[in-house]
Amino acid sequence: MPQSALISVQSQGNSLAVAGHGLWTSEHAAALEAEVDEAAARHPQPADVNIDLSGISRMDTFGALLLDRLVRSWSSAGITPRVTGLSERYEVLLHEVERGIGKPRPPERHREKGLELVGRQVMATGRDALALLNFVGAVVSALLRVLMRPRTFRFTSMVAQLDRVGLRAVPIILLMTFLIGCIIAQQGIFHFSSFGADIYVVDMVGVLVLRELGVLIVSIMLAGRSGSAYTAELGSMRMREEMDALRVMGFDPIEVLVVPRIIALVIALPLLTFIGSMAALLGGGLVCWIYGDIAPDVFISRLKMAIDLNQFEVGMYKAPFMAATIGLVACLEGMRVGGSAESLGARTTASVVKAIFLVIVMDGLFAIFFASINM
Amino acid sequence: MDAQSLSPTQSSARQDREVVIRVRDIVVGFGDKIILDHLNLDIFRGEILGFVGASGGGKSVLTRTILGLLPKRSGVVEVFGQNLDDLNELQRSALERRWGVLFQQGALFSSLTVKQNIQFPLREHLRLSQRLMDDIAFAKIEMVGLKPDVAEKLPSELSGGMIKRAALARSLALDPEILFLDEPTSGLDPIGAGEFDELIRTLQQTLGLTVFMVTHDLDSLHSVCDRIAALGDGKVIAQGTIEDMMAAQHPWLRAYFHGSRARAVQVGRGAG
Repeated sequence: MPQSALISVQSQGNSLAVAGHGLWTSEHAAALEAEVDEAAARHPQPADVNIDLSGISRMDTFGALLLDRLVRSWSSAGITPRVTGLSERYEVLLHEVERGIGKPRPPERHREKGLELVGRQVMATGRDALALLNFVGAVVSALLRVLMRPRTFRFTSMVAQLDRVGLRAVPIILLMTFLIGCIIAQQGIFHFSSFGADIYVVDMVGVLVLRELGVLIVSIMLAGRSGSAYTAELGSMRMREEMDALRVMGFDPIEVLVVPRIIALVIALPLLTFIGSMAALLGGGLVCWIYGDIAPDVFISRLKMAIDLNQFEVGMYKAPFMAATIGLVACLEGMRVGGSAESLGARTTASVVKAIFLVIVMDGLFAIFFASINM
Repeated sequence: MDAQSLSPTQSSARQDREVVIRVRDIVVGFGDKIILDHLNLDIFRGEILGFVGASGGGKSVLTRTILGLLPKRSGVVEVFGQNLDDLNELQRSALERRWGVLFQQGALFSSLTVKQNIQFPLREHLRLSQRLMDDIAFAKIEMVGLKPDVAEKLPSELSGGMIKRAALARSLALDPEILFLDEPTSGLDPIGAGEFDELIRTLQQTLGLTVFMVTHDLDSLHSVCDRIAALGDGKVIAQGTIEDMMAAQHPWLRAYFHGSRARAVQVGRGAG
C-alpha cells in the first residue's frame, strides 16, 4: 500500500478507505496531484470508496480541485465515493469548485503557423501598403486644409517638435557624422597611398559625404531617434483615448498631431543634413591633415575642384523626402497601435525598421534618378 | 493621537482576534509634503475592512506602502506577525504569495489572455501540471462570475466590469489569505457594483479571506464592510462599524456619512 504524506489508501477486499492528511494547499498541490492520480490509477475499479478527510488541517482551492478530481475519477467508473469528515467551510469551497469544473471550455486561442502564417503575412503587407497610401492621402488633405486656412496651423506645436527632433539632435548628429568622416578619410588614405593617389581621398570624402552619407546617416539616426518617439507618443495617446477626445471635440488628430510633427521633421532633417555633412568634411579634413599629411589649404582647394554645387544639391534635395517618409511611417504606425503594451512595442519596432528600409530604398531610387538626369 | 478607536470596550472585545496586518507609526512623504503622519492601523483575520478618506488623502499611499511599493520614512509594517523590513528576499516572496492585490485599473498583463494572466503567478511560484493549472484558472473564472469563454480573451477585448473580475481572479490565483482591493467598484454601474460587493462577500466567506478595501462607495461600506477606518490628516481619525461612523462627530466624517449621497443610500436602504 502506498503510504504518503497527503493521502493514504487502505484496501479491504474490494472496498477502499482513502484518508487525507495534512495541508491540502497550493504549496503541496504538485505532490498532491501526483498522489491523487496514482491512487486513481492503482484502483481503477473498486466496489466501494470512502474518502475520509477529517485528517486535513487546511484546504484551499487547489486541494478542493484535486479532491474533486479524485471523486470524479471513480464516479466516472460508476462508483459514487462517499466523502466524510469535511468541515462545512470546505464543503462550500468544494461545491464552488465543482460548479466551475463541469462547464464546457472554449477552444484554445488560435495561433497561426506554417502556410497560414505566410499567407496572413502577405495579406498584412498588402494592407500595410494600402494603409500607408491612405494615410499619405489623409495627411496631404490635412495639409491642404491647413494651407487654405493658415491660422489653423499649430505653429507652437511645430516649434516644440522642431526643438525636440532638430535642435536636441544636433550634438549626437555632429559626433556621429564627424567620426564617420574621419573613418572614411582614414580608410581612403590607407588604401589610396599604396597607389600614390592620396590626394583623391579628398574627392572621395567630398562626393560620398555630400551626396550620400550625410543625408543617409542623418535619416537613419532620426528614424531611430525621432520616428520611434513619434510612434510611441501617438500610440500611447491612442491607448488612452486621447485621440478620441480630440475627435469628439471636433479636431482632426491628423491635423493637430501629425501635420506639425511631419513638418518639423521636414524642416529639421535638411538642416541636420547640412550640419552633419559639414562635420563629416571637418572630420575627413582633420584626418587628412594628421594622418595623410594633406594640409588644410590643400584639402580645401582640392575639395573646390572635386565638388561642384551639384553634389551638394543632390544630397540636400533628398533630405525633405526622407524626412516625409520617416514622419509618415512613424505617425501611421503610431495611429495603428492597439490596446496592449505589446502592440505599442511591436508598432514602434515596425516604425523604425520600415522607416530605415524605406530611406535606403529611396536613396537607391534617387541614385538612379539623378544618374539619368546627369546630376 | 486621539480617537484611534472609538470605545475602549470595543478594542478589548477584539483582543482575542488575530491581527494579520499591524501598521505602527508609519510616516510617508514626498519631498517636504507628509502624506501619512505616524499612522496606526490593525487589520484582523477574517474581516472586511473598508478604508475611506478624501481623494488625494493617502489611501492608496497606505496600501502601496503596506505592499512595499512605496518607501516609508519610519514606522513598522507587520504582516502575519513578521516585520516586512526584517525579511530576506526568499521570506518576502513567500509572504507575497499569501496576499493578492486588485489594482484600480485591473493591471492585467495586456499581452496575455485572461487564462494566462491567472496562470502567471501559478507558473512562477508552483510547479504544476498544465491540466491542474487549467482547472485552477477555470475554477477561479467561475468563482468571480465570468463565463468560461472569457479565458481565451485578451484584456483589450473585455469590458470594464469584466476586467475587474478577471483581475480579481488573478489576484486570487494562489489562494491568498489577504486580499487588497483598491476601489473595486469604481467605474462599475450600480448594479455591477452591487454584484461585485456580493461577490467579495461570498469569496471572503468561501475562501476565508481577510479583505482590505479602499473604497469611496457608500453602498459597499454599508453592505460588505465589517469595519471601517477613516483617514484624515495622515492619521486614522476613526475606526469602527458603520453605525460608529454614522455617530461620529468629526466634521469630515459627518460630511462624508451624512452628505446628500449618504442620505440617498440610507433612504434607499430604509425603503428596501
